[in-house]
Amino acid sequence: MATKKATKTPSTQSSPVFDYAPAPESRAIVDIKPSYGLFINGEFVDGGGTSFKTISPATEEVLAEIAEADEADIDTAVKAARRAHTRVWGRMPGKERAKYLYRIARIMQERGREIAVLESIDNGKPIKESRDVDVPVAAAHFFYYAGWADKLEYSGYGTRSLGVAAQVIPWNFPLLMLAWKIAPALAAGNTVVLKPAETTPLTALLFAEICQQADLPPGVVNIVTGAGDTGRFLVGHDDVDKVAFTGSTDVGRAIAKAVAGTNKKVTLELGGKAANIVFDDAPIDQAVEGIVNGIFFNQGHVCCAGSRLLVQESIADEVLERLKRRMATLRVGDPLDKNTDVGAINSAEQLARIKELSAIGEEEGAGRWSPPCDLPSTGFWFPPTLFTGVTQAHRIAREEIFGPVLSVLTFRTPAEAVEKANNTPYGLSAGVWTDKGSRILWMANQLRAGVVWANTFNKFDPTSPFGGYKESGYGREGGRHGLEGYLKAEVN
Amino acid sequence: MARIDVRKTYKLYIGGAFPRSESGYSYVVNDAKGKFMANASLASRKDARDAVQAARKAFPGWAARTAYNRAQIVYRIAEVMEDRRPQFVDAVQRSEGRTAAQANKVVDDAIDRLVWYAGWADKITQVVGGANPVAGPFFNLSTPEPTGVVAVFAPQESSLLGLVSVVAPAIVVGNTVVVTSSYERPLPAVTFAEVLATSDVPGGVINVLTGSAATTGPWLASHMDVNAIDLTGVAGDADLAKSLEEASAENLKRVRRAPSAEPDWSLDPGIDRMTGVLETKTVWHPVGI
Repeated sequence: MATKKATKTPSTQSSPVFDYAPAPESRAIVDIKPSYGLFINGEFVDGGGTSFKTISPATEEVLAEIAEADEADIDTAVKAARRAHTRVWGRMPGKERAKYLYRIARIMQERGREIAVLESIDNGKPIKESRDVDVPVAAAHFFYYAGWADKLEYSGYGTRSLGVAAQVIPWNFPLLMLAWKIAPALAAGNTVVLKPAETTPLTALLFAEICQQADLPPGVVNIVTGAGDTGRFLVGHDDVDKVAFTGSTDVGRAIAKAVAGTNKKVTLELGGKAANIVFDDAPIDQAVEGIVNGIFFNQGHVCCAGSRLLVQESIADEVLERLKRRMATLRVGDPLDKNTDVGAINSAEQLARIKELSAIGEEEGAGRWSPPCDLPSTGFWFPPTLFTGVTQAHRIAREEIFGPVLSVLTFRTPAEAVEKANNTPYGLSAGVWTDKGSRILWMANQLRAGVVWANTFNKFDPTSPFGGYKESGYGREGGRHGLEGYLKAEVN
Repeated sequence: MARIDVRKTYKLYIGGAFPRSESGYSYVVNDAKGKFMANASLASRKDARDAVQAARKAFPGWAARTAYNRAQIVYRIAEVMEDRRPQFVDAVQRSEGRTAAQANKVVDDAIDRLVWYAGWADKITQVVGGANPVAGPFFNLSTPEPTGVVAVFAPQESSLLGLVSVVAPAIVVGNTVVVTSSYERPLPAVTFAEVLATSDVPGGVINVLTGSAATTGPWLASHMDVNAIDLTGVAGDADLAKSLEEASAENLKRVRRAPSAEPDWSLDPGIDRMTGVLETKTVWHPVGI
């Protein structure tokens, strides 16, 4: 994502010189239907479960009624995917599969503005993020993996598809996570049944329309909506060959148990509690931007968020002062306003979790601070917040909050920074800020995390493998490595 | 009068030392014809935990060795085995009920496999890692790193070649290992441990437990300080394999599932036994002046 520029860096005080006039993106480009069915075998069909509503987290307005897939629907979807794999997609030459994926990438670009607006309405994220990150990076994933479809023999992972992939994705980057899942699966010749999160189904259903526009053969992509039960039916279905999940470590653990004793291949991208480590020789202004981007990007609903700031003791006061000043300039509010930096919390449930853990942070003795911040009266909101005086024993230093809440800890030596950074069951990402090259490389070696951002943070790219160590899950998404979870060798 | 020979006590190998089982239990090991060979230590829960502790302690130092150094050490294991060939041939012959010619071939293959894996230490990084051409001004590099402590269940039938084939790939890339030997054929594993002790392999890098996977398995699978588990030796026992995989989910261990039957160890092993216990780390840094 683009690093936020300090558009107005007040040198001495935190109150802005100018107010921003509202700059809302038009909703007119989006046509939300009153109700949506399941997308199975190339068509929208009714679901057998109890339909549910998806709302705008910024206004609590009901957006649409969504079908719930029950066990029979899942079976129908898996059968459609199996049929499509056996008869069409699994035997189609890679160069032809590639052309469908290129088509999809192009349509996503063509309809980019529409998708971005819909994503911000359904998810609550700022339009400048959905417009500049989610949608273009999602399209780039399809473009990237399209090119692999006819080059699998060079991947090092074999050329045979697995079959039917069951994919379950979270609500924080609904379309982007869909792209991370579907693009490599299809490129490798698998067919998919994907379940989007129950609070953010709309862009996945729009993606189903894109598949229709691309004339993708029926059954290659199936989208089933619903909540936990729907996901369990899908993951537990006997005829899926692959399970890919992004979400919480608790659910990931349950999935790892559920697939035990089967032949299903599994990749899990789970929680994190990343340390963002700032040394005394770091370029402070850049580091502050990186800290803000690390934890307030996407309201902190990011598994790789830099939720633990480890700052060297000698510069802690200065960094905190500049960080607070910068936080005071963050604009929280209407996701569709192009000037908004921090949007709505995705759901009432998530807001309750953020509030609960923040209250625990205070009870355990950490110092809580938020800038003055007017929050809208309807919808789900939480101000950018930081906690000082946090110790490693505090729950806010150990548990994933998945919100705009930063825990600040200090360290004196590089060894202490490494020890604190690695003192977590998670291992998804980490950040290092220092001007000293040898120290960056030493730190990068020591950190037990799948992605290390040095003098940057929260960068994503289709060519760059992403995924965790330890309880942050296993398998990689992105790059050549991202094909491993969807291929098998010629003989085994 | 004929000289009375001095028999060897077969012990566990934990943290570079040869303790008896903490439990005080041992079990009778017979040769392929059912004739008594020795009493082997029956590894207990406590032995499994001690072995994990030793493996964890050894991990940072072993992972930090240069790949060149790990290659030399694994090659050294092969050298010392070659030097003790007759002992291994005899152990394999009696344990597995093979002819002398067959046992010789097994020992050849085991030594050659160590040499093959030794060479991988400083090559796997280039084969599976690399630079990523991201769409922006960033240096971006993915490299493999060892996942940590690996609990390995060695094959039941192939007591030496199978053992070497599951242990060598895990350690050559920088992991440390707790291996539970074949239950009925544990003696080659103990002799292998004696080779390790004289091959510059730091104590704790490979810990050898003799006994039953059904006994050590649940404790290793549920151990929160074990990062990966290889169920190869549980081949054929689907229920045990399933329960160990379930227990392994608690801390998201990387699991290599049990095959339906024991593999043919004479085949080319491929690289997936190394990649299965490697993590990919991707480092980003801005490019600019």
